[in-house]
Amino acid sequence: MIRDITIGQYYSTDSLIHHLDPRVKIAGTFLYIISLFTFHSLSGYLFAIAFFCGVAALSQVPFSYLARGLRPVIFMLVFTAALNLFWTPGESFFSWGIIELTWEGVEKTVFISLRLILLVLGSSLMTFTTTPNQLTDGLERLLSPLKAIRLPIHEIAMMMSIALRFIPILIEETDKIMKAQAARGADFETGNLIQRIKNMLPIFIPLFVSAIRRAGELALAMDARCYHGGKGRTKMYPLQYRLTDLLAYAVCFFYVGILIIFVP
Amino acid sequence: MSLILQNVSFTYDRGGSNEKQALTNIDLEIGSQEFTAIVGHTGSGKSTLMQLLNGLEKATEGKIYFHGRDIYEKGFSMKELRSKVGLVFQYPEHQLFESTVLKDVAFGPRNMGWENLQIELNAFQALKEVGIGEELFDSSPLALSGGQKRRVALAGVLAMQPEILVLDEPMAGLDPAGRQDIFQMLSRLHQERNISILFASHSMDDVAEYAKRMIVMHEGKIVLDGPPRKIFRYEKELKQIGLDIPSVTKVMHRLRDRGIEIDDSCLTVQESAAEIVQWYRKGAIE
Repeated sequence: MIRDITIGQYYSTDSLIHHLDPRVKIAGTFLYIISLFTFHSLSGYLFAIAFFCGVAALSQVPFSYLARGLRPVIFMLVFTAALNLFWTPGESFFSWGIIELTWEGVEKTVFISLRLILLVLGSSLMTFTTTPNQLTDGLERLLSPLKAIRLPIHEIAMMMSIALRFIPILIEETDKIMKAQAARGADFETGNLIQRIKNMLPIFIPLFVSAIRRAGELALAMDARCYHGGKGRTKMYPLQYRLTDLLAYAVCFFYVGILIIFVP
Repeated sequence: MSLILQNVSFTYDRGGSNEKQALTNIDLEIGSQEFTAIVGHTGSGKSTLMQLLNGLEKATEGKIYFHGRDIYEKGFSMKELRSKVGLVFQYPEHQLFESTVLKDVAFGPRNMGWENLQIELNAFQALKEVGIGEELFDSSPLALSGGQKRRVALAGVLAMQPEILVLDEPMAGLDPAGRQDIFQMLSRLHQERNISILFASHSMDDVAEYAKRMIVMHEGKIVLDGPPRKIFRYEKELKQIGLDIPSVTKVMHRLRDRGIEIDDSCLTVQESAAEIVQWYRKGAIE
């Protein structure tokens, strides 16, 4: 029933971008997102689009897959576009009733929509090319300086990877419970909103019970293997920069540099 | 003549990236008052087949008839099918959710839209049948022991008055005493209430002891169907598809391999003991 939902949208293939160190990809994405706010001219947008297309081509993720990343934000996109289109004051070229379109509005709408689309596409390219585990690993290393101010970075990263690890298990469990309750005649599809929420109780309660039971078992298993947090812990595959990673950093800074210096 | 599958195939995620054919051209008839075991190693399609029987999954090809009516026909009541063909999942105790045992068991009947009195009566009766005493009716189902939870979950399906009870590994994770309890209960339901029982199992000893008919599945197909006594003769064929035969039968097969003249189709310890004693006496006379 809900097995079709996919969370974490890793696209498995063997590309240059996939092999980059997750830290490069996180930092690069971060830089790219910031860079999107440094310009306000057509040439800037073209340059940003060209850069994205270049990286996307290198990543070998099909464009149709990338476009799927936009689906959850379509509503927001349309909403902001409409706001900008109708409520930007300026030189009017079309009016009908209270609707008034201005050149400034059209320009703003196009640019803001482009900016949003690039923002979403840029960050989804990161999740498409990096497994959730690599992401948490990378984040842990990038944020490790914050340990100096006593932030439990390792523990936060551990929590993140455990949570990610459990998503497919819990989805499967939900599917099973839904079917079992359906076998007892439960109905999840009809009724008004309140009725439907009530109908969900026979799913949520067993799901919470099992999640808590699993958490307890996991904690016990970690304890039995003497897990005691991040102190003195080493990694099986420690993150290490290679030449391509450094080059990728260089490319990112080069891109941002050009944008800041040459593009208005 | 109650449940007939005709040329049924089932494919998961049809047309998607994880397309997987789980069942291929299944022809099967589950009669009334049967006690049938489905065996097959993990991924052979047992669970999928069971979910087709009460309409939880819809066959991608083929037809299913319940009492002569096509269940995919417009106007066929799935609700009624689900009450008549009771499906008990693996580890059914994981689906308990109500605040009291009685309420949880009444969940199914309530969904059927029956009258309050009948709901309560059915729940009461079902709990009695699985051997849960009245003193536990008002306790939380989560506070019970593992074996008790499983029986309450079973009662939850029984309370819908099924004609066919389909169980996916009803004994998984229980201790020997618990397994025996469940089986004795199923036998009693089979005999006293004329419920047809269909259960999946990995334990050939259980199958040999209780089932009257046995269906062997392999890679989404039914490869053998018949009384366990006949099917366990195919030791080599069963081994090829990753299945075993009851330990007692194995001993008898080995004895026969050594040239000892005995009937090697025995399924239970008593049977084989009698057979061996008989052979021994015969030898003594000669």
